Amino acid sequence: MKGTLKLAFKLLVNDTAKFTALLMGITFAVFLMMFVTSMFVGVLNHASATVINIGSTIWVMDPAVQTVANTVGMPDYVLDAVRSMQGVKYAVPLYSGGGLAKLSDGSYQSVSIIGLDDTSLLGRPELVEGKIEDIYAQSGFIAVRDAEFSKLGNPHIGSEFELNDNRGVIVGIAKVNTSGLYGTPTLYTTYERAAQYLPNPRYTISYVLVEPKSLSDVQRIKQQVQALGYLALTKEEFMQRTADFFVYKTGGGTNMLIMVLISFTVGLSISGQTFYTFILENLERFGALKAIGARSRDLVAMILFQATFASFTGYGLGVGLSVLSIWLARARLPSYAAMLSFGNLAIGFVMVAIIAGISSYVGIRRVLRIDPFEIFRG
Amino acid sequence: MPRIAIQAKGLVKWFGEGEARTAALKKVDLEAYFGEMVYIVGPSGSGKTTLLSVLSGILKPNEGSVEVEDVDIWRLDADSLADFRLAKIGFVFQDFHLFPRLTTAENAAIPLILKEKDWDESIREAAGYLEIVGLKGRAGIPPVKLSGGEQQRVAIARAMISKPDILIMDEPTASLDGDTGNAILSFVRKNVLDENRCVVVVTHDSRIYEFATRILQMEDGRLTPTTEKSAK
Repeated sequence: MKGTLKLAFKLLVNDTAKFTALLMGITFAVFLMMFVTSMFVGVLNHASATVINIGSTIWVMDPAVQTVANTVGMPDYVLDAVRSMQGVKYAVPLYSGGGLAKLSDGSYQSVSIIGLDDTSLLGRPELVEGKIEDIYAQSGFIAVRDAEFSKLGNPHIGSEFELNDNRGVIVGIAKVNTSGLYGTPTLYTTYERAAQYLPNPRYTISYVLVEPKSLSDVQRIKQQVQALGYLALTKEEFMQRTADFFVYKTGGGTNMLIMVLISFTVGLSISGQTFYTFILENLERFGALKAIGARSRDLVAMILFQATFASFTGYGLGVGLSVLSIWLARARLPSYAAMLSFGNLAIGFVMVAIIAGISSYVGIRRVLRIDPFEIFRG
Repeated sequence: MPRIAIQAKGLVKWFGEGEARTAALKKVDLEAYFGEMVYIVGPSGSGKTTLLSVLSGILKPNEGSVEVEDVDIWRLDADSLADFRLAKIGFVFQDFHLFPRLTTAENAAIPLILKEKDWDESIREAAGYLEIVGLKGRAGIPPVKLSGGEQQRVAIARAMISKPDILIMDEPTASLDGDTGNAILSFVRKNVLDENRCVVVVTHDSRIYEFATRILQMEDGRLTPTTEKSAK
C-alpha cells in the first residue's frame, strides 16, 4: 500500500470510536437496504412460484391475467389453435386454481391445485416419495413438501382427504424449487381430474404451455397468439409481468423505495456526520501536512481512501449481517420470503458508493480550503 | 563569506481590502545565512508569523520576492512549491500538530512517507531520529502520552528527518515551561544547527534569546537593525 494511504488507513482505524460509529452507521444502513429489498425480491420470487416450478418456455394466457395466481379461463379452441401454429413443437393445457380440502381430522384447508396435462404431465414436480405414474390412479394427488406441507397434516402416501365431496388420495410427495406466496399447500394432479374435482367455470384451461421448435420461433408464436386475441409470454416475461404487478399496482414498490431512501438517509447522515467530525478534528493536522509539503492530491487521495474503505467495509458487514439474518429466519421459517439477488446487492453498492462520495466530498472541500498559514497563526 | 540561505526583498503583505486593509509586512528585506540561527522577535501583531510564512512558502506576499537557495519560491507552481518545502524546509509548529492516533515514530516519519519512501524504512529512520532527540524507546507510543517538551522533540525529529537545509520554528517554546524551552533550543543550537543549515526562529520568549546567532527585531511590519550575538 502507498505510504500516504497507509497513513490515512491508520488515522482512520486508530480512532476506534469514530471508526466504529462510521462502520455501524453504514452497516446498519446497508442492512436495512438489503433486508427490505431482499424481502421484496423474495416476495416477487414466491409470487412467480408456479411459473418457476412448471418451467414451460412459453405461457399462453388471457390478456387480463396480471399474475400467475389470477387466472382467466380460456376456451378449448385456444389449445387447438396454438397447437396448429407455426413453430410450435407441442402445446399442453394447464389448470391452476384453488379449492378447500377437508382433511382426515375434519378440518378444512385452502389448497392450490395444479392440473398437469394428462398425456405428457409437462411441468411435473420432482418426487421424493412415490411414483409419478400413480398420479393416474383413482383420486391420485401429489402433495408438495414445502413450508405449507404441515397444513395438510403432514400427509404420507395413502393419506386421504376430500375436495368438493370428492375423495383424494396422496400418491406421492414432491419437492419444488420455490414455495408459493399465499401460504397455501400445493397439490398436483391431472388436468382432467382437477377440472372434474373443482367447481367448473365456463372455461377450464388456465394456461397453454408451449414448447417452440426453436428459440427463434418464440417471437413468431407470440405474434400468432396475439392475432388470436390472447397473450403469449416467455417464462421470464411472465415472471416480470407478475413482479410488475406487485411493484406498480399494489404499492409494494413504493413502500420498498421509501424504505430504501430512509435507509440511505440514515446511513448518509450517520456516516457523513461522523466522517465530517473526523475531518474537523484532524483539520489542523491536515493543514500541518500541507505546510510540510503534502500536495493537494495526496490529501484528496487520503480522504477518498478513508471514506471508501469505511463505506465498503460497512457494505461488506451489512451484506454479511443480511445474509446471516435471512439464514437465521429461514432456519425457523422455511417459507421466509427473502432472497439476495445481484440486483439488490448492486442497489446497496451504488447507495454506499454515493454515501462514500458525498462524505469524502464534504471532507475534501474542507481540507482543501484550509490555509496552512492558519496553522502558523494558531 | 557565509552562503545565503534565504534572501527576501521588498516583501509587502496586507490582509483585507478597502478600509479594513491592514499591512502586515511593509517593504521587508532580509538575508539569512547557512550556519545561522536567526531569531525574529517582537510583540504580538508585529508581523513575525506573517514574515515566517512568506519566507517558508506558505503565504504568498503581495509584493517582493523570496529566494531560498537561489530559487525564487513564489514563482513556483503550487505542486512544485509543496515539493520544494518537503525537500528543503523543516517545520516546527507552535502547537506541535502531531497526530494523536499515530505513534511518535509514525509522526516523525511523515515527511519521508510524503516523499513516498518505504513505510518500514521510514519508521526505522524515524526511530533513529527519535533517539537523536533523546526519545529512545518512545517510538511505539502515541504522542499524547509524552510531555510537552517530549512532543516538541518529536516535532523536531519530524522536521529534521528529511534533512532540510532550512529549519523554521514558530514560537517553539510557547507551550513549554522555561527549563524545557531552554533545553529544546539548546539541543537545536548544538545538534541541529551546522554550517549547511539555517534555522529561523520566531519567538517573543526572551528567555531563549541566548541561543540565537542573530536577532532581528520586528515592529509594525518592519525589521529594525540587527543584533549580532556571539556563538553559544
